[in-house]
Amino acid sequence: IHAMKVKVLSRNPDDYVRETKLDIQRVPRNYDPSLHPFEVPREYTRALNATKLERVFAKPFLASLDGHRDGVNCMAKHPKSLSTMLSGSCDGEVLKVWNLTKRECVRTLQAHEGFVRGMVVRFCGTSFFTVGDDKTIKQWKMETPSYGEEEEPLNTILGKSVFTSIDHHQKEGVFVTCGQQVDIWDEQRSSPIRSFSWGVDSFSCVRFNPVETELLASCASDRSIVLYDMREATPLKKVIMNMRSNTLCWNPMEAYNFTCSNEDYNLYTYDMRYLDKPFTVHMDHVSAVLDVDYSPTGKEFVSASFDKTIRIFPKDSGHSREVYHTKRMQHVISIKWSSDNKYILSASDEMNIRLWKANAAEKLGLLAPREKAAVNYSQKLKEKFQHHPQIRRISRHRHLPKSIYGQSKELRVMKEARRRKERNVRKHSKPGSMPVVTEKEKHVVTVVN
Amino acid sequence: MAASSETMLKKPHVGKKRKPPTRYWEGTEEEGKNDGKKQKEGDNNEQTPQQNNTRTKKGGKRGGKRGGAGKKVISGKSDPFPGSAPVPEEKLNKFKRGVKGELPPRPQYKLRDVVIRSEAASDLAQKQNARYDLMLPEDAGFLEGDEDEDTCTISQDDIVDAVDITAGAKYFSLTLSQFGPYRLDYSKTGRHLLLGGRRGHVTCLDWQSKQLMCEMNVMETVNDVKWLHSEALFAVAQKKWLYIYDNKGIELHCIRKFNDVLRMQFLPYHFLLATASATGFLQYLDVSVGKEVVAICTKAGRLDVMAHNPHNAIIHLGHSNGTVTLWTPNQREPLVKMLCHQGGVRSVAVDKTGTYMVTSGMDKKLKVYDIRAYRPLQSYFLPAGASCLSLSQRGLLSAATGDIVQVYRDVWGIPVTKPYMAHRAKGSVWGVHFCPFEDVLGVGHGEGFTSMVVPGAGEPNFDGLDANPYRSAKQRQEWEVKALLEKIQPELIGLDPSQLSQVDHSTWEQRHVDRVQVLGFDPLAKEKFTPRLKTKGRSSSGKVEKRKKQVAHEDQRDVIRQTVEDRMKIDKERKEKEKKKAAAAGQKSALDRFRK
Repeated sequence: IHAMKVKVLSRNPDDYVRETKLDIQRVPRNYDPSLHPFEVPREYTRALNATKLERVFAKPFLASLDGHRDGVNCMAKHPKSLSTMLSGSCDGEVLKVWNLTKRECVRTLQAHEGFVRGMVVRFCGTSFFTVGDDKTIKQWKMETPSYGEEEEPLNTILGKSVFTSIDHHQKEGVFVTCGQQVDIWDEQRSSPIRSFSWGVDSFSCVRFNPVETELLASCASDRSIVLYDMREATPLKKVIMNMRSNTLCWNPMEAYNFTCSNEDYNLYTYDMRYLDKPFTVHMDHVSAVLDVDYSPTGKEFVSASFDKTIRIFPKDSGHSREVYHTKRMQHVISIKWSSDNKYILSASDEMNIRLWKANAAEKLGLLAPREKAAVNYSQKLKEKFQHHPQIRRISRHRHLPKSIYGQSKELRVMKEARRRKERNVRKHSKPGSMPVVTEKEKHVVTVVN
Repeated sequence: MAASSETMLKKPHVGKKRKPPTRYWEGTEEEGKNDGKKQKEGDNNEQTPQQNNTRTKKGGKRGGKRGGAGKKVISGKSDPFPGSAPVPEEKLNKFKRGVKGELPPRPQYKLRDVVIRSEAASDLAQKQNARYDLMLPEDAGFLEGDEDEDTCTISQDDIVDAVDITAGAKYFSLTLSQFGPYRLDYSKTGRHLLLGGRRGHVTCLDWQSKQLMCEMNVMETVNDVKWLHSEALFAVAQKKWLYIYDNKGIELHCIRKFNDVLRMQFLPYHFLLATASATGFLQYLDVSVGKEVVAICTKAGRLDVMAHNPHNAIIHLGHSNGTVTLWTPNQREPLVKMLCHQGGVRSVAVDKTGTYMVTSGMDKKLKVYDIRAYRPLQSYFLPAGASCLSLSQRGLLSAATGDIVQVYRDVWGIPVTKPYMAHRAKGSVWGVHFCPFEDVLGVGHGEGFTSMVVPGAGEPNFDGLDANPYRSAKQRQEWEVKALLEKIQPELIGLDPSQLSQVDHSTWEQRHVDRVQVLGFDPLAKEKFTPRLKTKGRSSSGKVEKRKKQVAHEDQRDVIRQTVEDRMKIDKERKEKEKKKAAAAGQKSALDRFRK
């Protein structure tokens, strides 16, 4: 008989099999890398699948809110209620309050004669202001009037000229309008407490800075963007660009930064301290950009364009990550990003307001914990392998209407031709006499302090 | 067995002495005691004194850390084990992936931040994995003889007497003398066994419960049998064509594109069945879609020696001229051609980590190669030569010589002189195969099949999501769907499977060159310094020039610093080389007299 020591693997199945059918299955793990070969190729395959599935599930369009009898000109978010939204139309003289969860209009009122040019909800959410083509500013109660009560504004101010835009201070009872000049109003008074103009005869948009609440910026018709401090008597500075800016939006997280939508198909993000060149030029639209709105996280913004598309840009990327379009959507005039960072509202010429998902492939509703973990995991994998050619090709692919596709191709050819010409000119001129002008520097004419 | 030419120091991972699991705090106070114990266990020669030294050092460091941090809690008592328990270094190294690169320079602060975060995450994962590894439930098997007793003299019956009934039941024989000799294959989980007799007998069974799944005679010569991805399907290489059967024995496919197949290998993560035929063709069949991926004419005659590298899914073919060639489905030529033997190659096996290849040839030699460097490590002479080779999950090598199956331990380490185990089968051996996750070696021979108990062969802890021997039908279905979803495309097979995660410098450089050409200037070029405008007469042309010069000097200084550093490095290297040379010169060799 041998005196030996021996041990042979002998597993007790009870340790590996569930006891009753009511239990969940036992899954013993061993993370030894040698038991899991092909780690990287398998992860790559998972990432590829996740990317493909993302494209499969990309269905951003949620609902269309119809009811306006003319093109929708402006919209306003409610600061306290996610489900409430206001919209004003072009010449139906109608203003509507929407309930987004039920996707129905809860209130319609006759606000102005002619266009409703701008509207803003007071920071407390109890009332809102509208401006219109009839040279009036009206303040309305947010509550629906009770039965028998007449739909009347709380307050009406008659101005001297047409107002084009309105914005309200974040904390105080002060609001600002623009038209032939930029006026700052106290809610209690019927005349502006301060007026700014800097040799400009009309302004298209004015916005309060949401962080540095005393700062303002406005877009003027002489192709300039003017910055103001409410506490000072004169404007701060302005930058003049090649083409006119339509609207602008401040970054809600980075107090210095704002983005303006320009007539030259581009958007420009500026740091207000260094206006001599924008720090990002966002290209992709093929027609004038009409409106822009930041996401509440300040990481992305959405733009509406005359080319009948909506594009979403990361704040520091030159090209859009997403483009939304439908067959029936016409020129998009106004755009808003909802305060919960999940939805986008677009108002367009053909009398509709559309509700979109901000993240096209996102699943709405509650997620089970395992589902959430799986989503996070695939997100991380997509991030890890995002630069692989195949994955990048799939994740970047978007269907575009033929006209826009053709137009963008045409623009690319034109741009390339211009660049080629510049290169040739530089090649045949005295070295140094033709300095390289970057894309960022090209669009700014001058900065006036 | 003859001695080998080269030696490589590496801890053998089989047959370690079992110690009671050490607690992490024991390592510090009783370091000295432990060392003494280790030295007492003198017969256990696997730990060289050098290794012991390093261990004490580490222990000291750990102890120092903990000793300093005896924090007091509110009740006045001090926590003897503050902080989280340290993780042993070797466990951490097991889960190490890649090497840490340099951090990007500070100006690229965003990239730097991303790199720092991802490294912290992978460090955490590594640590957690290592901690989890300490808690694995099963320990590997082992076999140790008495003083001066060879383990190879211990017979199977002795082992069966010594172990428990369930483990003992794993030693059994099937007498199938009519249709032999037999080839065999275990499924990926190790639960199911497939036997194929040369004269047409094919059977599959759950070998642990001895439950027969199907048994049939295909009435044709059977060259090889192979399980596909699960125990539901298997492939049989018959006289003319390749057939696929399900586990009830129903013929599902007869694949006429694959003829005269002699050997098959299944690549489980790629769902590829690689076949080698008598006509010299290496063919790949994608079993998930049933399409032939590629047929490669190897132009090397009859192919009856085949193995696959589980680490990178490369097929190794042995040829009658003594070469071993490495193949992927992406290339018509072999990736590597190695001359391994004088005379034909009889068998090839590759280990789980893809580090070692073991070959045996007609020259009666058994050779071990490092297939990362294509370097021979060991060469042994077997008097009878080995006809079949198989490597287990924990690195045991079984070699069949005639009707004797020998099992060797750690053939790539210190040269082995004696087998770990030996067993005589009833007939000449035709196929050997280690069962995954079990201490079992299946031997197919002329008189049937023998299942041998080889302690320490199988991986003790399986991963339930990868290969679970105890999985239910539902779990198998789930696994099948998941596995099919992450099927790796055949184009991704290459020598280095981790290549996909590495930075593709050359493409980037090419793209940068193209971009510079399109733009007409280099957008990444360093900007020329333009001095800022200063007031109060500080921007006079002289001052501006001076400032420009300062910056230029600073740049120049950087360049000079770099070159000086480089030169120092080269000098240092040269000095070290000279030192080594001088040391070598100090030792006089017998051949020095012939030197000029």
